Amino acid sequence: MSPDGFFVIGATHHTAPLAVRERLSLSDEVDRALRLELKRVEGLREFTVLNTCNRIEFYGVAGNSSAVEQVQAAFCTHQRFSPTEFEQFRLHLQGLDAIRHLLNVASGIDSQMLGETEIFGQVKDAYATAQAQGHTGPVLNRVFQKAFQAAKHVRTHTAITGGHVSVANVAVDLAQTIFGALKETRILLLGAGEIGEKTAKAFQSRGAGSLTVASRRFERAMELATTLKASALPFEQREERLAEFDIIVGSTSAPGTVVSNAAVQAAMHRRPARPLFFIDLALPRDIDARVAELQNVFLYNLDDLAKIAEENRAARESETVKCRSLLSERAEALWRHIGPRLHSEGTSTVEPAPASNPEAADRAGRSITPVSRADSIH
Amino acid sequence: MFAGLTDRSWLWIAAGFYLAGLILGTVALLRGERQSKTLVNGIILFGYVCQLVGLYARGRVVGGCPLGNSFEIFQFTAWSAISLYLVVGVTFRSSLLGYFTSCLAAVLTLTSLAIPAWDATRRSKIFGGNPWIELHASLALFSYGVFALLALTALMLVLRHYSLKTKQIGGWFSFLPSILDLDQISVRLLCTGVILMTASLAGGAVYWLRDPSSVNVLKLLVTVAVWLAYALALTLRLRGHLLAKRFAWTCLALFGAALISLGPVDASRHPPVLAQPPNVVPR
Repeated sequence: MSPDGFFVIGATHHTAPLAVRERLSLSDEVDRALRLELKRVEGLREFTVLNTCNRIEFYGVAGNSSAVEQVQAAFCTHQRFSPTEFEQFRLHLQGLDAIRHLLNVASGIDSQMLGETEIFGQVKDAYATAQAQGHTGPVLNRVFQKAFQAAKHVRTHTAITGGHVSVANVAVDLAQTIFGALKETRILLLGAGEIGEKTAKAFQSRGAGSLTVASRRFERAMELATTLKASALPFEQREERLAEFDIIVGSTSAPGTVVSNAAVQAAMHRRPARPLFFIDLALPRDIDARVAELQNVFLYNLDDLAKIAEENRAARESETVKCRSLLSERAEALWRHIGPRLHSEGTSTVEPAPASNPEAADRAGRSITPVSRADSIH
Repeated sequence: MFAGLTDRSWLWIAAGFYLAGLILGTVALLRGERQSKTLVNGIILFGYVCQLVGLYARGRVVGGCPLGNSFEIFQFTAWSAISLYLVVGVTFRSSLLGYFTSCLAAVLTLTSLAIPAWDATRRSKIFGGNPWIELHASLALFSYGVFALLALTALMLVLRHYSLKTKQIGGWFSFLPSILDLDQISVRLLCTGVILMTASLAGGAVYWLRDPSSVNVLKLLVTVAVWLAYALALTLRLRGHLLAKRFAWTCLALFGAALISLGPVDASRHPPVLAQPPNVVPR
């Protein structure tokens, strides 16, 4: 182990199965206690803890050879996890590899759902927490700031986040290709099952107008409508009131179709200029397949949506080479600046970054003291 | 001449910009990349300014709106379409309308420049020195520019319907605007075109009623037929009888017919006094 330097230690979905990750995940209470202990580790100059459902990672700057071992020991003790067992699932990288890993994580290309953007917020939160508690210094401030810039660059200049990879979000994307902005759209959810609920939530999260739930059990429709802040419709009225809606999500467990071709024809007669979009997530199918032949009517079933989701995933996969290359260039450039300094000068003691956002922190970090100025990388 | 260049030189430069827009857009589409809207609009704007200068230079020499031969008519139609695009098209989130507009402008301008016969002769004094007739003619051609832009949005609507019906939404189909957006802009363009053409025909009718022999019958019939066809399409669309793909195909077919009609309209102009076009580079 290098006497000092930037490191990451932990476990991720790549190195540990779900059952192990469950045991490694930090509770809020343990997280707080562990941070207090890590602050006292001799030689650990800066550190950040990234704790998500798919990874527990400690990023830090070690000033002596035992600092990383002490981090591992403290973590295992708090989690009551055998160090020997932990080493089977351990991710441990140093220097350039650790920086490259952080850039990959922040960009979402190390995520289980490739290209997801939630991780970016989680990394930012982890950094902000460490910063607020005074656990970061010039090196982490710089490295994390660069990681955020790299993640934004990759998102903008590649298609890594293009096209959704979940069925519910693909359905919402399709609705946008038909209706544009969704705030004026009216959605009818047929069935109160889990997949329908997820799709309805995806629509709501993307600004859909109104949502109405119709289920064969009216009380279940009322219950879900309350949860989703929607309205409920008696199931038997679904066909006669079809023209009032723009998007119909079918997710019942009915043995046959619940929306007939004749009903859709009648609805389109009443609203010929406005398209009607059917998302059939049910098996057996809820919507008569012949409606796809009607003008201005679009029907997508579960297979269609899954196929598009898979195509999007494949497209993201094909972008990873480009992303890794872009990120690697940035990681190397960063390492060229901080690597020699970490080894030749060592780093200063932990200095709390004075600002809450990474850019401001970095700017401030560069100008606090001569030491931090010397450590900063331009 | 303007700034040391002939009108045709300015129009060649403009066509070069439109061609650059076409090439860059095609490369971006083939690579599956989203084209920069700023770049597309910048190229179109530069082309537009050069074309404006070229048409202005030509107009100054001929002493009126340059609509004296097929070359000038194609140039003016392309200029009209771009004018309208710069007003309404730039608000589109997608850069694809800009790409299609630069394609259309490149085709119209390069075709007119590449056929020397279209600009070998021009009718002089076609408006008899009457600015109102000149306004009538320029309004009519401006409406053709609007219909050209309508044809582009209709083409995009056809492609969007095709992609959704065949469930191919990736690749460059993903750059197309939504069906509702395309439908709304198409209806607005159709309304605008019909209003402009109606105003143009109303203006022309005043002079025709005063002197029926001043307007060629073929020109009158063709122009009224084009106007009627577009007005009928608008009526059917507003009444909900001509929708979605059929509406889009109708707009495309009507524009094709309108372009073809320009030939007989131009040939039947009165009086057919032939003259050498100004500033024509020797061919």
